[in-house]
Amino acid sequence: MTELKYLLFLGCVIPYRINSYEISTRKVAKKLGIEFVEMPDFNCCGLPIDPVSHDMMLTLAARNLCLAEQQNLNILTLCTGCSGTLLKVNETLKHDKNLKEKVNGYLKEIGREFKGTIKVKHLVQVLLEDVGFEKIKETIHRPLTQLKVAAHAGCHILRPKKYLGFDDPEDPAVIKNLIELTGAKSLDYEDETACCGAPIIGVNDIIPLQLSREKLVHIQEAGAQALITVCPFCHMMFDINQPRIERVFNEKFGIPVLHYPQLLGLAMGINPDELALNQLRVDASKILEILDRAQKVVPLQK
Amino acid sequence: MPEKTQQKGTEQERIIKANEIDPHFKYEISKVPGARKIMMCFQCGTCTADCPIARFSDSYRPRKLMRMAQLGLKDRVLSSDNIWLCAACFTCVDHCPQDVEISSVLRALRNMAVKEGFMPVVFRDLSSNILKTGYAYMIPASRLRKREEQGLPPLPKASLESLAKISEVTGFSKLLKKKKEKSE
Repeated sequence: MTELKYLLFLGCVIPYRINSYEISTRKVAKKLGIEFVEMPDFNCCGLPIDPVSHDMMLTLAARNLCLAEQQNLNILTLCTGCSGTLLKVNETLKHDKNLKEKVNGYLKEIGREFKGTIKVKHLVQVLLEDVGFEKIKETIHRPLTQLKVAAHAGCHILRPKKYLGFDDPEDPAVIKNLIELTGAKSLDYEDETACCGAPIIGVNDIIPLQLSREKLVHIQEAGAQALITVCPFCHMMFDINQPRIERVFNEKFGIPVLHYPQLLGLAMGINPDELALNQLRVDASKILEILDRAQKVVPLQK
Repeated sequence: MPEKTQQKGTEQERIIKANEIDPHFKYEISKVPGARKIMMCFQCGTCTADCPIARFSDSYRPRKLMRMAQLGLKDRVLSSDNIWLCAACFTCVDHCPQDVEISSVLRALRNMAVKEGFMPVVFRDLSSNILKTGYAYMIPASRLRKREEQGLPPLPKASLESLAKISEVTGFSKLLKKKKEKSE
C-alpha cells in the first residue's frame, strides 16, 4: 500500500493571497489519511524568474528537490505552476547528465547535490494515483447531486504532455472525474483547456482579463453554478479578479470559484466555514443555498 | 524599457537590411536547453493558430518570432515587447509537428534580452522578492499573523544565505545589477 505521506510544497501564491486553498486542502487531507510534513526552508519553485535566468530557475527548483531528497519524501504541490516546474526540472535533471552536472556545480556551493530519488505530484495526481477514487468515495457523506459545475484544470497540470501525461491535455478528464465523485455534475464547455492568462498579468493588463472573461462567458453559457480550480494562480484570475473583469467589460457573472478541496470537503460534510468558503471574493452562499435545499429534500422523501 | 523601445507594427513596417542579420543567432539559441530545435520550425503556423494570447493580441505571433530568430534579426527580437507575452501554457509545444519547444525558445530569447538590458519591471520585482524573502511576493506581516489565527502552521523561512550564494554562482545577481546600472 502506498504510504500517504508527503512534503507539502506551498509555493508563493497560496501564502500571499489564497489561504483558503491551503485550509481546505488540510481539512480534506486529514479525512483521506494524507499526512503532510511541513517543508522547512523551501524557496520559490523558480518559475516566476525563468524568463530572467533559466540557470537560476533550475537551481532554485533543484534546491527544493534536494530538501525533499534529504527527507526521502515525495513532494505534494497545490499550485499547478509549482508542480509543473518541480516535476519538469526533476525529470529533466534525471535524464540530462550534462544539465545535472551543471546544476550540481551550482548546488555544490551550498553543500547540496541533486540525486533524482524522489517524485513530485500535484494534489490531483495524488488523489488519482495514490489515494484512489474508491477511498475518496468512502468519505462522501453528503453527495452534491444538485450542483452543476465547470472544471478548469490549469495549463501546467496538463502540458507539456511529455512531462505530465497523467491526463489527456486535449480532453482532460481527471478533474471532471474527481468532481463527479462528489456527486456534482461536471459540465462540458467551450475551450475548456484554454489558459486563464495569469502568467502575463505583470506585463499586460488587458489580455489576461480578456482570456478569463471568455472562460467565464463559456462557463456561464454552459449553465455552471460554480467553477472549480486546482491552482491558486488560476483561482486568483477567476475569483479575486472577477469583479475587475465585470467592471472592465461591464458584464455580470457572479460565478463562485471553489478550490477542488472545498467542493470535496462539502461532499464530505465538512462545515463550509472550516473549508474557508467565506474567504472567497465571489460570494459562494448561492452554492450553499442550493445544497441546503437539496439537503432538506432528502428527509422529506424518506 | 522594452515597452517603449518598439511600438506596435514597427517590426512589420521596417525593411530588413542585410547588416542587421546575425547568422550566428540561431546557433546561439539552439545551444540553450529546450531551444535546441529552433531550426526545425518550417513556419506552418500551428503555434500561432492555437495560441490563446495571439487571439487577443494584435502583435504577438509566435510563428513570426520563430522566423525572425531563425533569420538572425537579433536586435529586433531581443528588444521586442512581444517576447514577453508568452504565458507558457505550452499549447504550442504539444501541437508543434516539428517538436519545437516554442515556449522554451521564447524563454531563451527572454534570457538573452535580459543580458542585453531588457527586462520588464515585474521580473525585477519578482527577482528581488525571491532574494529578500525566498518567495516571489512580499508576504505582508498581517498575512502571516492571519495564517496563525486561522490555525495554519507558521510559514517556513527560506535560507536567504543559500539563495544569495545560488544567485551569485548562477550569475543571476549580476544580471539584476547590470540592469540597474543601465537604468540609473
